[in-house]
Amino acid sequence: MGETGTGRVREGVRAYLMIAGMWIRSTMAYRASFVMTTFGNFSATLLDFVGIMLMFSRVDVLGGWSLPEVAFLYGLSGTAFGLADLVIGSMERLGRRVRDGTLDTLLVRPAPVLAQVAADQFALRRLGRVVQGLLVLTWAVARLDIDWTPLKLLLMPVMVVSGCGIFCAVFVAGAAFQFLASDASEVQNAFTYGGTTLLQYPPTVFAKELVRGVTFVLPLAFVNWLPATYVLGRPYPLGLPQWLAFAPPLVAAGCCALAGLAWRAGLRSYRSTGS
Amino acid sequence: MADNGFISLEKVEKVFEVRRKTGFLRRERREVRAVDSLSFAVARGEMVGYIGPNGAGKSTTIKMLTGILTPSAGRLRVAGIDPSRERRRLAHRIGVVFGQRTTLWWDLPLIDSYRLAHRMYRIPDARYRENLDRCVELLELGALLDVPVRQLSLGQRMRGDIAAALLHDPEVLYLDEPTIGLDVVSKAKVRGFLRELNAERGTTVLLTTHDLQDIEQLCSRVMVIDHGRLVYDGPLAGLHEAGESERTLVVDLERELPPVEVPSARVVRVEGPRQWLAFPAGQSAAPLVAYLAAEYPLVDLSVREPDIEAVIAKMYAEKAVS
Repeated sequence: MGETGTGRVREGVRAYLMIAGMWIRSTMAYRASFVMTTFGNFSATLLDFVGIMLMFSRVDVLGGWSLPEVAFLYGLSGTAFGLADLVIGSMERLGRRVRDGTLDTLLVRPAPVLAQVAADQFALRRLGRVVQGLLVLTWAVARLDIDWTPLKLLLMPVMVVSGCGIFCAVFVAGAAFQFLASDASEVQNAFTYGGTTLLQYPPTVFAKELVRGVTFVLPLAFVNWLPATYVLGRPYPLGLPQWLAFAPPLVAAGCCALAGLAWRAGLRSYRSTGS
Repeated sequence: MADNGFISLEKVEKVFEVRRKTGFLRRERREVRAVDSLSFAVARGEMVGYIGPNGAGKSTTIKMLTGILTPSAGRLRVAGIDPSRERRRLAHRIGVVFGQRTTLWWDLPLIDSYRLAHRMYRIPDARYRENLDRCVELLELGALLDVPVRQLSLGQRMRGDIAAALLHDPEVLYLDEPTIGLDVVSKAKVRGFLRELNAERGTTVLLTTHDLQDIEQLCSRVMVIDHGRLVYDGPLAGLHEAGESERTLVVDLERELPPVEVPSARVVRVEGPRQWLAFPAGQSAAPLVAYLAAEYPLVDLSVREPDIEAVIAKMYAEKAVS
């Protein structure tokens, strides 16, 4: 198309920021509602963690993991998912745009469709989940007696960013699937919201088959399970080599590339069928 | 490569595969030819009406011309660009107004949508200001710029949408039902603006509509599509002839009378003192009215234009016979 890959990415980011900015201003038209939904979101996610704390009032360990350790997993997965949800969470609305035909209005603009769809309905209130995840993570780190090394310290931000990338890939792939089945947003939710809920618990409480699936098929385990077990000095249930704890950036890049291909295929199918 | 038009289609086809549930798990696949071997050319600066019944292939054509849909076969060019392959490059050169779907930002003041276009299309500042001022003046948007779009009336919003599609100086403007649902005053404003745009800027305009008056007042040329094929391409008057369409004169007489007798018109309906007379659309109503006024106790009268669906239906009926 006579355009370099980086040029395309820059165009996409530019369009994304412009459209996200418009959505922020749109929500500010209803300021009170914005404050209330942000607060509501934050409280709801807070209650989510309270549920886990209540469980620990009955048991001391879950699958061999203590409350601060589970909180560590929870905080990492919550923050990574929260960031992905903030950045492109509204992509699940793509199906609606396909059904009511408003996707066409995006296709006649001189900006990449993926960026436009990703920025659609951008909602700052989703920051609530990120803040909650970070709070839980901070609390966990303070309570845990981690044997910090420079490598472990470095792994923390890498984990969050890669985890966000993996969840973003799931969002994009889910949206691409909606080109084929425009009412499939619930399927997507099962992988995104379902995935993050799964990762909030230690891998030891799940069946081996499930852990294998989440490690090798849909590699959500790289969001927190694998790197977190390294940081906490725990063995990973499948007995995998330790260096895999540093694989998240690669896994995230691979997932994003695959999701990108799926997106292109989905958009191409839409443009050839119009439905 | 000799392009014979600013917009040109050569044997363009669009085939959809429709899957239909026929049983609990059984599905039937069927091919639907939405556009079938369609060829036409539109010269730069032309203003063409593109009409046809619902499901005839109008929107599919527009979607291919804007790069939304990829044609199944054939060659298609707009301003020398293959729309489906260079969608974003084309986007800078075309303007699109979907009558039923606004592209304006619902909760924000109208001007914000224009500022976004300014940045997204990278319109030079001076050019943007000049175009905006012009649209604001001609479409009477001055008082509306700071009003959130959700508070605008349908007519105001349509004018706003048209302005939004023109800020980046498109060479081609596609309008999909631009006057649908508008009141008489708004329709007149929109039509006046489009006429001027076409005359002064030389913008090529392709418009789909159900309103024959849009075509009558704006387009020197009309193309009719039905079942994915071009069935007529020429001036509007010719369409009336081809379809042998008729206008209707509704007359109110002083009292109930037997059907009036007038040369070159026939009574199609009588209801009390009111009678309906059909006469060929190409013919002037003036002599008819003069004759009636002289011969009968006339109280009131009005002329009804044939609607597009009827004209096309009739054209088809005749083709089937011959």
